[in-house]
Amino acid sequence: MTPEFWWGTLRALIIIAFVLVGVPPVIWWERRLLSWMQDRVGPNRVGPWGLLQPIADGVKLFFKEEVMPAAVDKFVYWLAPAIALFPAFVIGATLVWGPNPMLTPVADVDIGILWVLAISSLGVYGIVLGGWASNNKYSLLGGLRSTAQLVSYELAMGVALYSVLLVTGSLKMTEVVARQQAPLYDVLPWAQNWFILTPYGFGAGVIFLICMIAETNRAPFDLPEAESELIAGFHTEYSSMKFAVFFMGEYAVMAMFGAIFTDLFLGGWSPLPLNWDYLSAQASAAHLGWLSSALSFIGGAWMAPVWFIGKVFFLLTVYIWIRATLPRLRYDQLMNVGWKFLLPFAALNFVLTAVWMLFGWLAFGIAAAVVAAGYLMVVGFVLRPRAFKDAAKVHLVDVQANTAQTIEVQR
Amino acid sequence: MILFIVLAVVSIAAAVGVIAAQNPIRSAMALVLNFLVLAVIYFSLNLHLLGISQVLIYTGLIMMLFLFCILLLNLSAPQMLTEPSYLKRWAAVLVTGSLLVVLFSQIVGPWLVPVPPNNTFAGVISNAPDDFGTAKAVGNALFNHWVYGFEIASLLLLVGIVGSILVAKRRG
Repeated sequence: MTPEFWWGTLRALIIIAFVLVGVPPVIWWERRLLSWMQDRVGPNRVGPWGLLQPIADGVKLFFKEEVMPAAVDKFVYWLAPAIALFPAFVIGATLVWGPNPMLTPVADVDIGILWVLAISSLGVYGIVLGGWASNNKYSLLGGLRSTAQLVSYELAMGVALYSVLLVTGSLKMTEVVARQQAPLYDVLPWAQNWFILTPYGFGAGVIFLICMIAETNRAPFDLPEAESELIAGFHTEYSSMKFAVFFMGEYAVMAMFGAIFTDLFLGGWSPLPLNWDYLSAQASAAHLGWLSSALSFIGGAWMAPVWFIGKVFFLLTVYIWIRATLPRLRYDQLMNVGWKFLLPFAALNFVLTAVWMLFGWLAFGIAAAVVAAGYLMVVGFVLRPRAFKDAAKVHLVDVQANTAQTIEVQR
Repeated sequence: MILFIVLAVVSIAAAVGVIAAQNPIRSAMALVLNFLVLAVIYFSLNLHLLGISQVLIYTGLIMMLFLFCILLLNLSAPQMLTEPSYLKRWAAVLVTGSLLVVLFSQIVGPWLVPVPPNNTFAGVISNAPDDFGTAKAVGNALFNHWVYGFEIASLLLLVGIVGSILVAKRRG
């Protein structure tokens, strides 16, 4: 066994520990924050501020009676929760959470971003197979919705990432983070070029955020488990620890996607978009030794995991915030957003990124203005009148006579 | 080598499962497993891009659509899929048999007939350029050397998509 083997094992163990240790606090934070946002108290009985509530829940689920419906496909029914949890552990393989190449990422392969896209699409197999194996029509519908949702949003997510790839020129996660530590717009030496601060990166980031919420089946995209329509969707028939595994998989993938967003758009492990080495050098040039060392400590390797986890925590808060704010989408709205808005917008963003790369920011501004004007023209002169025309038609159904007719309504 | 044997056994077992399973969902699951194991074999050969494309495209999207169709159409009547015609069965045996012969000739052949060292598997591997199979090399090949062919292929696919939409629209 070479030392490299042991370092590799350590790197993998760190990611797995991050997932396992991270899930209970996330569940606690979701329940507390959601209750505050909804003007409730939330769980506050078990431990200080209810902090031990997830552990109590886990113990409860562990000792709960396992109920399996009669006509399930037993093998698939058992396998599905495991498949749902699998990507949560594997997706972190290319995640960069610090500057030390011995500790992170697990494997710095030249397909880092593709890895994220590929593995994230595997988790939905757990949902589909679980929904199918339960032998329950609500579960099956949940699973079906999940597949359609995944295929629609995976595409937009991939196209949004093209912009990041184009600017970075590499599929490696380490290169993506390194590119974001360059001077902002390649001009300002004291700032970092976080992609979220650049116009094209901001567009890609917004699309990626929407798609990642959809991929993790979170509100407002939680149609696979829409409780007002499908009882609990794919996990209706699951109880005890199998339900707990599904639940844990959902939160773990959420946290992992938060970490991926951090790497791709929020500059990885740097606390603020400031060039710490540059500032530290400036401070020492100004004979402020303590400031210099403080700055290099803040931006250094020791504090990197702290900032990284802080950013992931912030993104999880955004998840919960969105869940508390937005109502669930209707199914046709979900498909419309995915195909008619996110995908074209992501493709346009990609073209605009190429314009920025080739001709600079001025051409980018002009192109963006032209695109925006064209969009408004199309919407204002073609799509909106047509939409109003459709709205003027009323479909009348006479249930007792079993007839239907469409009439035009004068506005 | 041990890894390869284990993976090969699993992948062949999965491939047998695809055609042996009574239930179409089980079949699809076996095919997913087969694709995943194939991807791991590619990874073990350092062909990261090929492996991840396999996972991304086949297991991630195509099999997902297969599953969607199976679930949506609720295909669960295997007796409908049996083929009564003996003539067709003999034709199938003939075709698969000849395919098997071709494959086995490639495996057994090197032991019977000496092959120039550059044409053996090990020879090809050792002669491959350093960046063989990396994202950069594949990207260069697709978008620099054979960009016209690539674009024509993508145009063909686009025509196919538009055509299928047209057919579907006309019927509905």
